[in-house]
Amino acid sequence: MDRWSALNSALASGRISRREFMTAAAALGVSASVATAAGSAAAAETPKQGGHLTVGLNGAGAGDSLDPATYTATFMQVAGLQIYDGLAETDEHNKVRPMLAESWEAKPGAKEWVFKLRRDVVFNNGKPLTAKDVVYTFNQQRQPSSKSPAKALLTSVVDVKATDTHEVTFTLSSGNADMPYVVADYHIGIGPEGTNFKDAVGTGPYTLVNFQPGVRMQTKRNPHYWRTDRGFVDTIETLAINDDTARMSALLSGSADLINRVDPKSVALLKRSPRVQIFEIAGAAHYTFPMRCDVAPFTDNNVRMGMKWATDRETMVRNVLLGHGRVGNDQPIPSFDQFYAADIPQRTFDPDKAKFYFKKASFTGPVTLSVSDGAFNGAVDAAEILAAGAAKAGITVNVNRTPADGYWDNVWMKAAWCASYWDGRPTADQMFSIVYKSDAPWNESFWKDPAFDKLLLAARSELDEAKRRQMYHDMQAMVTDNSGEIIPMFNHTIDAGSSRVRGFVQRPILQLGGYRAPSMVWLSS
Amino acid sequence: MLLRLTGERLALGILTLLAVSVLIFAGTELLPGDVAQAILGQTATPAAVAAIREQLGLNQPAVLRYLHWLWGFLHGDLGRSLANGRPVAAQLDFRLLNTLFLASVAACVAVPLAVVLGILTAINRNGVFDRVVNMLSLSAVSVPDFFIGYVLILIFAVQLGWLPSLAAVTGSMSLGQRLVAVALPATTLILVVLAHMMRMTRAAIIGVMVQPFIETAFLKGLPRWRVVVQHALPNALAPIINVVAINLAYLIVGVIVTEVVFVYPGIGQLMVDAVSKRDVPVIQACGLIFGGTYVALNMIADLLAILVNPRLRVPR
Repeated sequence: MDRWSALNSALASGRISRREFMTAAAALGVSASVATAAGSAAAAETPKQGGHLTVGLNGAGAGDSLDPATYTATFMQVAGLQIYDGLAETDEHNKVRPMLAESWEAKPGAKEWVFKLRRDVVFNNGKPLTAKDVVYTFNQQRQPSSKSPAKALLTSVVDVKATDTHEVTFTLSSGNADMPYVVADYHIGIGPEGTNFKDAVGTGPYTLVNFQPGVRMQTKRNPHYWRTDRGFVDTIETLAINDDTARMSALLSGSADLINRVDPKSVALLKRSPRVQIFEIAGAAHYTFPMRCDVAPFTDNNVRMGMKWATDRETMVRNVLLGHGRVGNDQPIPSFDQFYAADIPQRTFDPDKAKFYFKKASFTGPVTLSVSDGAFNGAVDAAEILAAGAAKAGITVNVNRTPADGYWDNVWMKAAWCASYWDGRPTADQMFSIVYKSDAPWNESFWKDPAFDKLLLAARSELDEAKRRQMYHDMQAMVTDNSGEIIPMFNHTIDAGSSRVRGFVQRPILQLGGYRAPSMVWLSS
Repeated sequence: MLLRLTGERLALGILTLLAVSVLIFAGTELLPGDVAQAILGQTATPAAVAAIREQLGLNQPAVLRYLHWLWGFLHGDLGRSLANGRPVAAQLDFRLLNTLFLASVAACVAVPLAVVLGILTAINRNGVFDRVVNMLSLSAVSVPDFFIGYVLILIFAVQLGWLPSLAAVTGSMSLGQRLVAVALPATTLILVVLAHMMRMTRAAIIGVMVQPFIETAFLKGLPRWRVVVQHALPNALAPIINVVAINLAYLIVGVIVTEVVFVYPGIGQLMVDAVSKRDVPVIQACGLIFGGTYVALNMIADLLAILVNPRLRVPR
């Protein structure tokens, strides 16, 4: 049972008072106004069929492809998920919910997972969904030449086979209690056996009408969709609007009904218009400043600790995020995660403690921090705040502004100290496996701790909740005290829409309602 | 003689384009990173990068890749985009048409307007009209084009709601709908190119107006407008044609910022995307189109300049 439903049942059974419930709910990152407003508004209105929705997104390029394995930026993530479904999805409470798979169970040890598929699903070319299609899709994702980001999550999968017409069994080399979250990864869009995933044959609520990569995608409602609670608007036009200002003007002038990635600086401006509503949530997305543990001076943990204490987190949240975020504690697990360790003390800005650690390491500086606004919006400002904090602790930090073009090729995971961002993952296991494990492909701080790796693998297959919780608690403590990551802030996910859009429920991970907002919303007249 | 001239210019033009293609290819090679890393961005793992490189043949030496591309190009095959595998020609054609459409709309208004304003200000030199028009047009040119674009969007799209802020043209739109969609970006471009053409027209006409034969025309009693249009303008055409050609080329080649601000699917946006992805076939194709535009327009301008001057038409 996750924390949210545990809280609810505790309140219902009278074990905690309403005041305690509200405090705990706030700690989970669910703001009271968001929760109540969304809940009551959604409950009050019944969905209306029909209408045309225009979605304006950034992250489009002329090189975009329909294959879900290639979705690395927002445009295709939102446009493509109108056409493809997965076996499962994570909802607004960060719980995994059935989609094409109607149920699943793990054999003891979590090394074998059996997924039962729905029997009423038909691809938009008329072919019914069977286990063979799911097996084919997963094998395409797993094969050595696959470029899918989900491949890293499937490394422990030894075999996928269809054990019945509508049943798929996964055999893993080591147990994974979070397998449903793995199959819910949005890159694993299910296609029919033999497809190249570029022909837009999927099981989703919409079918492709027209696609011009980097420009627009037009889709229309799939009348044979297996769900009745998705797919209300008749047609959707997803427009590529990479420029932030153009995206906002499109929303303000009515040319777009939904847009993503609203800059914190513009939220106040947009709120002034009566035609616009803001969808904001305190999610798992966070910004990082990884220090390479294999490069001097960051090889010494005292230097790393000094820098962490010299980070003025409150000022960053105030000036860079303009309050649309919260401070981070140098570890990537968000406060609403079921294994969040709330008892780890929050690090604050303390130049004296920083001085103490720098002295212990006999470190006098200077050191260079390479950043660009290509890492995240406001990265350079945040770096300046970090440098000012370090100056108070007696260390000179030279902020080196690098070009945004080619940042991810030339600076990230190359420079000794740079900036980065993460959208967050639905489980602590995924987040740790992708960035913090010693051999993780994106181990941006090059931190290698064999004890951490051992704990990570043990926790993955541990089915006893209390034991698991303790393991994740220890892992979070290790990361916050030893790793090379400075994680000063968790930024809110901020999207916006016209006042006509109803039924939008923001999710804590991934933008625009887990990338599925276009199929969840309806338009009021 | 004209034929020989045309032939010479064509041959030079082709050589220029060849040089352009080599320079672009070399320039792209010098940029750090490559298509594989650009496609994958933050999700690039060494294994994935190697996989894409292998698939796209990026491990071959640069000279070999250039010659491959050149061979294909000479056979009319623009190749396939490295980023998404689709044929380059398919991506280019509608975008090129869009760019040409926007450029034509802007040119159809800007060129006559510039010439007329140039003539009027030349005639009423140093008068109030002259000073006001000069000041306004110079202000328009001094301000960056994206700023003009944003101001127009703020006034006409957001506040008044008369015109769309997105110039999103689709193939199925009628001419009227297209004109409405591109109204704001075309206005931006007109404001940007107006001053150059207008002031050159003005200078050329003033330069002719001080000639003795103009004085003769006035003394003969011809009305002012006839003197200017029938006697002064034809003699001033050569520099005017040149400046119009340069600005027409700019309207096709240099409007990437306007395309981004108005999200107009033109060729400038495609080239910038392709450069950031190091997608060489697309960059080459765009570069050659741009180079070809300049070569063609310059050639036409030179030929026209000769044609309008009877003294140059006949060999000595």
